Amino acid sequence: MIPVAFDYQKAKTVDEAIAALSNGNSKILAGGHSLLPAMKLRMSQPSKLVDISSISALKGIKEEDGEIVIGAATTHADIASEKLIKNKLSIFAEGASMIGDVQVRNHGTIGGSLAHADPAGDWPALVLAVDATIEAQGKNGKRRIKATEFFTGLFSTALQENEIIIAIRVPIPPEGTKATYQKFSQPASRFAIVGCAVVRFPDGKTNIAFTGISDNAFRADNAEAALSAVIFLSDHYASAEYRKHLAKVYLKKALQAVV
Amino acid sequence: MSIKITLTVNGVKHTNKVEPRMLLVHYLRDVLKLTGTHVGCDTSGCGACTIHVNGKATKSCTMLAVQADKAKIITIEGMATHHELHPLQEAFNQCHGLQCGFCTPGMIMTAADFLTRNKKPNEKEIREALEGNLCRCTGYENIVKSIQYAADKMSAPKARKTKKEATV
Ligand SMILES: Cc1cc2nc3c(=O)[nH]c(=O)nc-3n(C[C@H](O)[C@H](O)[C@H](O)COP(=O)(O)OP(=O)(O)OC[C@H]3O[C@@H](n4cnc5c(N)ncnc54)[C@H](O)[C@@H]3O)c2cc1C
Ligand code: FES
Ligand code: FES
Repeated sequence: MIPVAFDYQKAKTVDEAIAALSNGNSKILAGGHSLLPAMKLRMSQPSKLVDISSISALKGIKEEDGEIVIGAATTHADIASEKLIKNKLSIFAEGASMIGDVQVRNHGTIGGSLAHADPAGDWPALVLAVDATIEAQGKNGKRRIKATEFFTGLFSTALQENEIIIAIRVPIPPEGTKATYQKFSQPASRFAIVGCAVVRFPDGKTNIAFTGISDNAFRADNAEAALSAVIFLSDHYASAEYRKHLAKVYLKKALQAVV
Repeated sequence: MSIKITLTVNGVKHTNKVEPRMLLVHYLRDVLKLTGTHVGCDTSGCGACTIHVNGKATKSCTMLAVQADKAKIITIEGMATHHELHPLQEAFNQCHGLQCGFCTPGMIMTAADFLTRNKKPNEKEIREALEGNLCRCTGYENIVKSIQYAADKMSAPKARKTKKEATV
């Protein structure tokens, strides 16, 4: 399968990428592991791709002012194996290592996954559960968007046109915090049919987030009320009824793992 | 639009002009005529097209040739050195790790990446490492055995005589 013809530009800086996006139907290319399959099926037909994978400012993981800051173009594999993540934000290592397969993890990026906002994506539930903020940059400068305000619908986010995610910022959970990501995977792609992320802070406050079960990932700290309001997805992998059942099973598994 | 790319494939430098929409697997197969890399599903699912890009296992049906500009690529054709099979190639031969052979190049490339990260894997780890590769013939048993065989061989002390032994 061959995509419709398009132009291609490898950006060296974020400013160059933002400028390059401004003309016509251009799109960012990060790991390409959601975009290229869609382009091969011709479901997506951008006229130009702006490749951000060589922008070094968008890659890597660091600690800054009590936060872990992950560059948007950091791959799932690099997050899963990074010491800082394993030590201080282990739920991200756990979640990242469950995405797709090794080849997918070697190329797919956290920023690409969040921007794509696949209803079955894993990162959306993970960033919601840890109270992350998503840092974006556009023509009018930088801004920070709370994860809880980021996912607005099926494949839709709060990003404005031509805005690029540059980093994901996570407050380092206090010592004694327990967290887990439990997922029931679609057996071929390993996308989440149900994914449940739970973070339990030492004071007992518990963040709960779901992915895979509705149009977009969401926080469900009051799980019982939240689940009764959900319009469950139904497709050839799982009916709405089955997803509802699985959501409860995976919530229970996750809660048992953190108490 | 066509773009000039320069990349190293199996140690040989290539420069070509390609359309941005050309997939890396088509560049390898149709331009460089390296047809050892296969296209199975063409939808990122089967792993038959797996190669190494800068040392990392990659599905070359899900990457553009232009993305690989300046990259170092290894395909199945680059695994044997000086007419000597790579331990994984020898292992698949010895352990009957293939039937039709269609998935084999991808299996070997994925396994080679895995064995650089895990030199003494157990069976479970080998099976997990193969999550992105499908085989429609062997039932995986002998593929897993092959990878175990190669891991053992690669981590065994070299059979080649050391200087000390040679002089005794
Ligand atoms: C076989 C297979 C299995 C998979 N399994 C899973 C799974 O189990 N769980 C899961 O969560 N995902 C899964 N994925 C998806 C994978 O994680 C993708 O890598 C990810 O969804 C997109 O990241 P990317 O870097 O590849 O983005 P791309 O494909 O490059 O881009 C995706 C979209 O985001 C936009 N974009 C990219 N980066 C940015 C940015 N920094 N700012 C703004 N917009 C941006 C692009 O324009 C595009 O619209 C799977 C994919 C495949 C092919
Ligand atoms: S041909 Fe690339 S994954 Fe199947
Ligand atoms: S040997 Fe035939 S597909 Fe694996």
